[in-house]
Amino acid sequence: MANTNFEKYKSDGSLQGNVLEWVDARFPLTASIKGHLTEYYAPKNFNFWYFFGSLALLVLVIQIVTGIFLVMHYKPDASLNANGVPVAFASVEYIMRDVPWGWMIRYMHSTGASAFFIVVYLHMFRGLMYGSYRQPRELTWLFGVGIFLCLMGEAFFGYLLPWGQMSFWGAQVIVNLFSAIPLIGEPLSIWLRGDFVIGDATLNRFFSFHVIAFPLVIIGLIAAHILALHETGSNNPDGVEIKAKKNEKGIPLDGIPFHPYYTVKDIVGVVVFLMAFSAIMFFAPEGGGYFLETPNFYPADPLKTPPHIAPVWYFTPFYSILRAVVWPIFGIDAKFWGVVAMGASVVIFAFLPWLDRSPVKSIRYRGPIYKTFLTLFVISFFILGYLGTQSPSYWGEKISQLCSLIYFGFFLLMPWYSKVDKYRPAPDRVTG
Amino acid sequence: MKKILVAMLFAPLMAFASGAALHLDKWPGSVADKPALQNGAKLFVNYCLNCHGASYLRYNKLTEIGLTEQQIKDNLMFTAEKIGEPMRVAARTDEQKKWFGAAPPDLTIIARARGSADGSGADWLYTYLRQFYRDDNRPTGWNNVVFENVGMPHILWELQGQQVMNKDHKLELAVPGKLSPKDYDKAVSDLVGFMVWMGEPMQEQRKSLGWIVLAFLAVLFVFAYKLKKEYWKDIH
Repeated sequence: MANTNFEKYKSDGSLQGNVLEWVDARFPLTASIKGHLTEYYAPKNFNFWYFFGSLALLVLVIQIVTGIFLVMHYKPDASLNANGVPVAFASVEYIMRDVPWGWMIRYMHSTGASAFFIVVYLHMFRGLMYGSYRQPRELTWLFGVGIFLCLMGEAFFGYLLPWGQMSFWGAQVIVNLFSAIPLIGEPLSIWLRGDFVIGDATLNRFFSFHVIAFPLVIIGLIAAHILALHETGSNNPDGVEIKAKKNEKGIPLDGIPFHPYYTVKDIVGVVVFLMAFSAIMFFAPEGGGYFLETPNFYPADPLKTPPHIAPVWYFTPFYSILRAVVWPIFGIDAKFWGVVAMGASVVIFAFLPWLDRSPVKSIRYRGPIYKTFLTLFVISFFILGYLGTQSPSYWGEKISQLCSLIYFGFFLLMPWYSKVDKYRPAPDRVTG
Repeated sequence: MKKILVAMLFAPLMAFASGAALHLDKWPGSVADKPALQNGAKLFVNYCLNCHGASYLRYNKLTEIGLTEQQIKDNLMFTAEKIGEPMRVAARTDEQKKWFGAAPPDLTIIARARGSADGSGADWLYTYLRQFYRDDNRPTGWNNVVFENVGMPHILWELQGQQVMNKDHKLELAVPGKLSPKDYDKAVSDLVGFMVWMGEPMQEQRKSLGWIVLAFLAVLFVFAYKLKKEYWKDIH
């Protein structure tokens, strides 16, 4: 690790100095603080889009802390209580009513889930615009794709826990997707559920995944994501390498220490984010039916299928891609190919570093073809997201097929259009 | 770039535009109106609680709508003994399932569950409870405009009277009830208000706390912004 090259602290004879010298001889404390904060040089031209990495970390902390308190009162139990209500569902209402400040903790957690996806999508979009995935940051990008995949799993498992109608039927639909896999599908879906239907066994294992397995993996991947980033240094809106131009001390000319410059800047971002977060949490915690879906205020009922099962908004673009595939191929059910397409639509992000052949990284110096493709990609993503919240319809299906083509076209045609597209040469130094 | 950002922020709102047309009357009440909530609580325990539970709500929570524990014990507790007990239903769920075809749902959070693109859960309840009509084809003798072929009979019929569906598919009051149509609407509004309150008893507290939090963050923003400016003044 690069930051062990920092010199160890030498005591000035004071008590604090002696303690720090003692620690530094045994643990890279000064080296870590310097390597990751005070002498980690970030480009000075970060703009608005660079807030979302630190905000994602903030939301992670919110989710973990509120989650710890929720687990103290939540009960993953699908059996019925004395009033004929599933214990899990009743325990959420217990948190909302009888646990002091429980309602606030719960709303922070439910709003935090949607906030996590909002900031992560914006963070990923930043990467697309400025070519942050390009060489030498491929591993940072791959760890990020891993985080995104785990985050989707984390959200999916967590959504079952309130044991409402949408929790139950959403999980039912998604687990049933696996049954579309030829030969092993049916036993696989039973193995995943631990039962023939979504039941107590499913609830308990999803709880375990949600509070232990996935958070552990996510935290590990985030550590790897940040370590890899700090090895290469951050990209910037100009997509130029600041390490290429250094002063006589070896400090990048366009770099400024992360602390204090970006810590104080990120605090401003954090406060603005918290204002938006609080506005939703205190005044519209249901998020217009998108953050907390209204059918989820009914306890899970295996005998009553809701008329319209829609995943939570952050899954809907991928869900639309799943529904867009309606043709059986090689005699295998269309559902299976839908699952394949949905999986591919997420995993394809991992290939970006090798699909992009443009001589420049940032959108600022790219030509009209890339800009058009990126714009169409974003529009398709929104339309797919919208259609995923709606009941299936003829035109919805046609439009989602077109948007899915554009979605995959953005990635699969990239080796071609990124190469033939016009570009302006990137400058030597950042432009501010 | 700014346009993309704005589009992203407002994207979730787009989906509001859709939804099948179910005409709902706007609930005219307010959860801040304590006398209305108290009247609603009275109607709820007298008419609804016989079949529907409100099992996530404890009787002593009703002190938050301005009742004393003594008032609750004397006037509202018919089946419970202790003030800390939840508002359970007297009848058993499995028996009710035999009587009505479906077990009457717990009503504690019904006002939240009934929200849809057509209107809030309060609007739905306010319309539903005013649009029962006589229908001899139904086992209970009652049908409903917003919830077709509902299993529930019109439990408030003695207050509203009996409506029938005329040839133009409009409701008419055939037999007047104890209350005038205007008073009945007010009673239903109070009852719905109680159910809205019951769905989230801390909702008023939540909003008032929200203003304090936002005010604090606004002040913090000023300091955070000045601090950032101060540190960054030497970066060009």
